[in-house]
Amino acid sequence: MPMMTVSHDMDFVTFAIQLLNAVQYGFLLFLVASGLTLIFGIMGVINLSHGSFYMIGAYLAWSLTDLSGNFWIAVICAFAISVILGLFLEKYLFSYLYRVDHLRQVLMTYGLILVIDSLRSLIWGDDVHGVEIPSIFNGTIQITETLSYPIYRIALSAICLLIALGLYILIGKTKLGMTIRAGSFDREMTQALGINITILYRLVFSFGIALAAFAGMIAAPVSSVFPGMGDQILIVSFIVVVIGGIGSLKGAMLAAMLIGLVDTFGKVVEVRVGTLSLLPELSGVSLYLLMAIVLIWRPQGIFGGK
Amino acid sequence: MSPIFLSRVGCLLGLIIFPFFADQFYIQFVSKVLIMAILASSLNLLVGYTGLVSLGHAAFYGLAGYALAIATTQYAITGFWINLFVSLTVTSILGFFIGALVVRTRGIYFIMVTLAFAQLLFFIFHDTDIAGGSDGVYIYNIPQVTFFGYNALNLSNPTEFYFLSLITFILVIFSIDRITKSLFGQVISGIKINESRVESLGFQAKYYKLTCFVISSFIAALAGFLAALQFGLVNPDMLGWHMSGGALVMVLLGGMGTLFGPTVGALVMLTLELILQSLTNHWQIFVGSIVILVAIFLPNGIVSALRLPYK
Amino acid sequence: MNINLKKLNFSRRTFIKNFLALAGVSSIGTALTSCSRKSSKNIKIGLMLPYTGTYAKLGKAIENGFKMALAKNGELDPESIDFYQVDDESNPAKAVDNANKLIVKDKVDILIGTVHSGVVMGMLKIARNSDALMLIPNAGAGAATGSQCAKNIFRTSFTNWQPTYPLGKILMEKGHKKAIFITWKYAAGSEARAGFEEGYIKFGGELINTLYVPFPNVEFQALLTKISAVKPDAVVCFFAGGGAVKFVKDYAASGLKDKIPLFGSGFLTEGVLPAQGAAAEGLMTTLHYADSLQNETNKSFRTKYYEKYGKLADVYAVQGYDTGLVLSQSLNKVDGDFKDRSGMIRAIEGMSVDSPRGQWTMSKAHNPIQNIYLRQVINNDNKVLKTAWDALEDPATGCGLI
Repeated sequence: MPMMTVSHDMDFVTFAIQLLNAVQYGFLLFLVASGLTLIFGIMGVINLSHGSFYMIGAYLAWSLTDLSGNFWIAVICAFAISVILGLFLEKYLFSYLYRVDHLRQVLMTYGLILVIDSLRSLIWGDDVHGVEIPSIFNGTIQITETLSYPIYRIALSAICLLIALGLYILIGKTKLGMTIRAGSFDREMTQALGINITILYRLVFSFGIALAAFAGMIAAPVSSVFPGMGDQILIVSFIVVVIGGIGSLKGAMLAAMLIGLVDTFGKVVEVRVGTLSLLPELSGVSLYLLMAIVLIWRPQGIFGGK
Repeated sequence: MSPIFLSRVGCLLGLIIFPFFADQFYIQFVSKVLIMAILASSLNLLVGYTGLVSLGHAAFYGLAGYALAIATTQYAITGFWINLFVSLTVTSILGFFIGALVVRTRGIYFIMVTLAFAQLLFFIFHDTDIAGGSDGVYIYNIPQVTFFGYNALNLSNPTEFYFLSLITFILVIFSIDRITKSLFGQVISGIKINESRVESLGFQAKYYKLTCFVISSFIAALAGFLAALQFGLVNPDMLGWHMSGGALVMVLLGGMGTLFGPTVGALVMLTLELILQSLTNHWQIFVGSIVILVAIFLPNGIVSALRLPYK
Repeated sequence: MNINLKKLNFSRRTFIKNFLALAGVSSIGTALTSCSRKSSKNIKIGLMLPYTGTYAKLGKAIENGFKMALAKNGELDPESIDFYQVDDESNPAKAVDNANKLIVKDKVDILIGTVHSGVVMGMLKIARNSDALMLIPNAGAGAATGSQCAKNIFRTSFTNWQPTYPLGKILMEKGHKKAIFITWKYAAGSEARAGFEEGYIKFGGELINTLYVPFPNVEFQALLTKISAVKPDAVVCFFAGGGAVKFVKDYAASGLKDKIPLFGSGFLTEGVLPAQGAAAEGLMTTLHYADSLQNETNKSFRTKYYEKYGKLADVYAVQGYDTGLVLSQSLNKVDGDFKDRSGMIRAIEGMSVDSPRGQWTMSKAHNPIQNIYLRQVINNDNKVLKTAWDALEDPATGCGLI
């Protein structure tokens, strides 16, 4: 039996910083996944193009920062644009999907990815762009002799945390949230109670889209803006949603954190069996393995109902 | 003799004589169409007949290709038949294990879990050194088809490769036709319509779904094996979800649950791609729009749509 | 009864399918015959470059430089060239298909391409079995002029080994004895790393670890934290395009830049300096070209390029330009008879090229023997500090032509 060896270069401080990295990535994932899980859970729509809106958000943030010279003005405008885009797409495209099976949802949103990607190429080109970190957060905190931590990354986590709390209160504690949840259980009944479900769905959808776009915007200064960025985050967000259980915000948060941890530590810990190196070589696989394990244990995800 | 039979024979004759008149490039092109038609037909067994929407079917297509690439380049296994055997066996075994896990889920979860397993395999090939990483592997010694020591087909020759693809395609279509018309075929169509009803009739739906999953991964492996042979290249993209998505588009475009729908879908998609690519660099916008329009207006595909006037 | 009905449907569908297939086959047939054959007197040049995706800009720069060189030499009447363009999308999966389109369908005489090392390997597969002349204007895959080298395949750029091999010497000169290498996990990255390691060990350095990031991911934070924990004397990297922007910015933002010096293969700061901004200031890299090279050819090339395309020339434009020079010089030798492939090949072998990067010659393995310069980013510009290595030749391991 070959020896399994685990090695890392972490003292306590480094470990704590890696933990911070993991949590920060987890928060960002949650932001994208929350929109996805809402649209999934409430309207029953698989939106493969969700990642494209993350990309649109990032490109909007970049081009509007370029135009206005201020990151925050750009974010506000970009958010408004994504809400309008969401309303428009829901009315003319997605509302149609409520009545069809998953297969056609998958296909239509797959087609939408191709279209959005080509449009992005036509409008913004294929270059990679950097977005300046907004000046109030443009500094670092010295942690060890060699390492300092960018303040913006901490601010990013704080913003995500605030949004997560806001979402939790909105969906769990308010009347609007109750209405939304009711709508996901029984469309006809809710409608019969005098609630305009069409408008409600339109709002929820555009809100979900705007969340993904917003994640793209605030991630832009740290992740840079490039073609294909939507594809990368889409699949990971899907895993978050499925591990957490479809429609569950609580589950999405837990799963996002789990994935943040697995991804971060998978990259920096070295695991070998004999001469065969498992980590970090297989760190890209670890997320999917995690998903497979969770689903074997609970086919409906951790907090999935039914 | 029925007109259907005559048109089938005519079509087959057309496909047989075609390479003797066509340019090499179009021979290769039609071979590619045939290979994609095999892949789409295998997916059709799952999606169209059983109602299981897989978004990770390319995993088996790619895996068979990788099995061939690894066997020839790293283990110097050069025979055609032994490679075919290894490639199909490895893929089917994996199809069995993955299938056993995924048939426990349904609906959205089935879609996502198949996607996750395909991505898992994708990243194993993409991120590690076992087979060339993101650049893929080139097979420089293409195995030659031999019968009892006699060299039957030289697969580096596009025309001879074309006939191998054509023969495989015919065998696959014939088998799928037999399968779907058997009792097994009736059970899986039953599962698509109402699973609990099938269970109450005494059929264990789970085992039928698993069997169907393995058969379809076996046929996908045939397509992947041929694809790797055609240009001697395997790449992680073969397992990627864009490949799976593309195959799904072909099935739906042509007509799911029909014998020849996926073939029509493959022909139309690849031809469109070939034409659009030569016209514009932004050809994806047209492909994407077509996919959206098909999903809205042609949910039963071209084959059913064209049938309408005959009603 | 149910089953019978189904059978009936099948037959109808089958009929339609057959009808369609026949129509398909016959339309392909007509496409064949109607395909207008351009005049065979014209030389056919196939450009297989990335026109979309992360490397789109690089592809355009190469094309610009290439066409500029053809126009400059004037021997080739633009009317006598048929260009065939294919967007390779920097996608290795489509490489063979795309190269096949140019060589088998369009029957080009000259194949030019491409940027991505993985894609060029696919092109090789097709080109090696044809009589087309292939010129590689960028991709540094070692095998193209190593184990897979061939009579009709030439490169006018570099091997991935070349720019990083001299870095080891530079590091040791500066007293950095322990280094970490970080790169994307793909062929170009591993080959650049191997080149660096070979040179570094030779001059007494120790490569303590290599960190890989899956291509084309750009999340570096966890690895930067790891670097800060290991505390090497220096960090060496290989990134290009978008990844280069992100890595340089992250490296600076994590505070590592002032503590552990960062070195790299010169692509790190090629064409991306404006996006990197202050984060790139002071970085030292090695490459076979620098904007500020003070030779006459470079000066006039840069002015003319700017006049013609309104953009600043970069290393990719230079490589495209040199590709054009090599082609037109070899055509000169055979009096424009482009069907005389062996004459053209003989002309290119050992050819000396007066390039903006300085004079270079074609090696026996068909790769440039060229100077590698040490550059530093000063005021957002790559300034040449010195020549890091004179006339460096790739070892071309496994090439049968030597």
